[in-house]
Amino acid sequence: MTASDVSQEVVTQATGKVDAPVTESWRSRRRQRRAEAAADRLSKPAASTIAIVIAVLWSIPTLGLFVTSFRTVDDIQSSGWWTAITNPLFSQYNYQAALVDSGLASNFVNSFVITLPAVLIPITLALLAAYAFAWIPFRGRNTLFVAVFALQIVPIQVTLVPLLSLYVDVGVAGSFWTVWLSHSMFALPLAIFLLHNFMKDVPPSLVEAARMDGAGHVTIFFKVLFPLLVPAIAAFGVFQFLWVWNDLLVALTFASNDATPLTAAVADLAGTRGNAWYLLSAGAFITMVVPLVVFVSLQRFFVRGLLAGSVKG
Amino acid sequence: MDWLLDAETTAHKLALMVLAIALFALVMGGILFAVDKPKRVPQWVVVLGFLGPPILLLLLGLVYPAIGTLVNSFKNNDGSEFVGVDNYAAVFSNSELLIVLRNTVLWVVLVPLVATTFGMVYAYLVDRTRFENLAKALVFLPMAISGVAAGIIWQFVYEYRPEGQNQIGLLNQVLVWLGAEPRQFLLNAPQNTFFIIAVMIWINAGFAMTVLSASIKAIPDDVTEAARLDGVSGFGMFRYVTVPSIRPALVVVLTTVAISTLKVFDIVYTMTGGQFSTSVIANEFYSQTFRQFNQGLGAALAVLLFILVVPIIAYNVRQLRLSEEIR
Repeated sequence: MTASDVSQEVVTQATGKVDAPVTESWRSRRRQRRAEAAADRLSKPAASTIAIVIAVLWSIPTLGLFVTSFRTVDDIQSSGWWTAITNPLFSQYNYQAALVDSGLASNFVNSFVITLPAVLIPITLALLAAYAFAWIPFRGRNTLFVAVFALQIVPIQVTLVPLLSLYVDVGVAGSFWTVWLSHSMFALPLAIFLLHNFMKDVPPSLVEAARMDGAGHVTIFFKVLFPLLVPAIAAFGVFQFLWVWNDLLVALTFASNDATPLTAAVADLAGTRGNAWYLLSAGAFITMVVPLVVFVSLQRFFVRGLLAGSVKG
Repeated sequence: MDWLLDAETTAHKLALMVLAIALFALVMGGILFAVDKPKRVPQWVVVLGFLGPPILLLLLGLVYPAIGTLVNSFKNNDGSEFVGVDNYAAVFSNSELLIVLRNTVLWVVLVPLVATTFGMVYAYLVDRTRFENLAKALVFLPMAISGVAAGIIWQFVYEYRPEGQNQIGLLNQVLVWLGAEPRQFLLNAPQNTFFIIAVMIWINAGFAMTVLSASIKAIPDDVTEAARLDGVSGFGMFRYVTVPSIRPALVVVLTTVAISTLKVFDIVYTMTGGQFSTSVIANEFYSQTFRQFNQGLGAALAVLLFILVVPIIAYNVRQLRLSEEIR
């Protein structure tokens, strides 16, 4: 299934709770509409062409750097990447230079080590909080939820300096722990809000039935809600993964040399070796490969999260 | 203790990561196990078990530091004494910082407007055409790319070689093909800001397109059919049917893009480092705080960022309320 299918599905789920009787006439109307849509498709060659041309233009900058990352150092400096079509000479030297000589391989490990806990921890915490906000009645629940929701507006820039001094005082500054903790804290407001939205959509009768059977909150959470929420969790998971993996600000502020992730290392290369395109092109693609794979393979979840987050919120 | 803080080898780092996850799982498991006795544990203990850890982290990670920064913004550069509103006065009077403010305004006006307009037109254009999915995927793809990588991709597009040499940047090559002189796109103010803004538009247009495409597809067929029977077509359909129908989604997209544009840091940091009069508030905050150690000024810039976000979100919430009332 593709992104647009899912977005369509999500929107119909969200907007039209259509339960009209499926009559013959409705069916034939739908068939007719399909036919019209197909006719539409064929009658819009101009639109199709423009759309494809723009999409190709959109991809050319990325393609250019990608081609460059496989060209030889001399070729990159002496001719444009588009000449590679007539003069194809490719090598993987740039990637070797970036990964080994510039040490991006160890930054790759750091990115991975940072990202996994920084995705798992906020999702778990947010699930619990979202559950409490959705299914445990207590005094002040709505006020507290609004307060958590409102925290989304705090830009992380506002938090960095006091947090850093706190980490220094405790003696953990520069370690992976501070990066994990910071990413988890910053993710919570949006995560709680999104997962709460999804959790509220679970029919109350399911939860009530489990409660009647004497199930406690933890049992209800794991046995009833969790399986239903897997797509929502995946949606936020992709979101948070891209955010953490691509983050630069938190990394620059909190991670010390041994914990520097790819983004910060490559940004540093761009600052110090601005003309070394063989390194920068390979470095850029080393940072991009994992998010691109995740993005392309989990795009439908990502789109669902995006729509839930922006349209509902 | 050192073993926990300084990991240098890959195995060590991975071990640390597994330890962190295990430790977290253990603590959370313990808390949940303790509160999962429905009849014997009072309600508030259960609530505390579920909400305690996240609320604690929110207080520690957002509320406490935000207050700290607010206080810092009224102190001098090493935080030793109060200086009143001097830092804010500096932001609005120092000529370099005024350029930063001007750039930020340009970013926040241009990126949402252009990205959303483009996304909307593109979503309308591509709707129900052949290759729709492929075309949308290609435009959406930059969303997965970090600001750092996007910055490098576009720096290469803008790369300059003096006239007479082979150009290696695509844009200058196009200029040469057209018979013009190659230009230093990123060095000459004030137009260099626009070339960096283009990168943010390149990233966000895909977001706008995806959300708007979904709401265009959600317009009931009856509406478009009725309009068609009334003789509306082509641009009229877009102007009088499509745009009003997706208005709530438009507001959300505009405000979401505006907020992420306000906080943009990595693109500017990678492409120019804020030099050549291209800095914006989020980038200036970083260089004032961590490069020039002007903590007070940095804090004031951060607070300013916060203040600028509030009206955008307030507008968004208000519009949502309105559209819900209409429904």
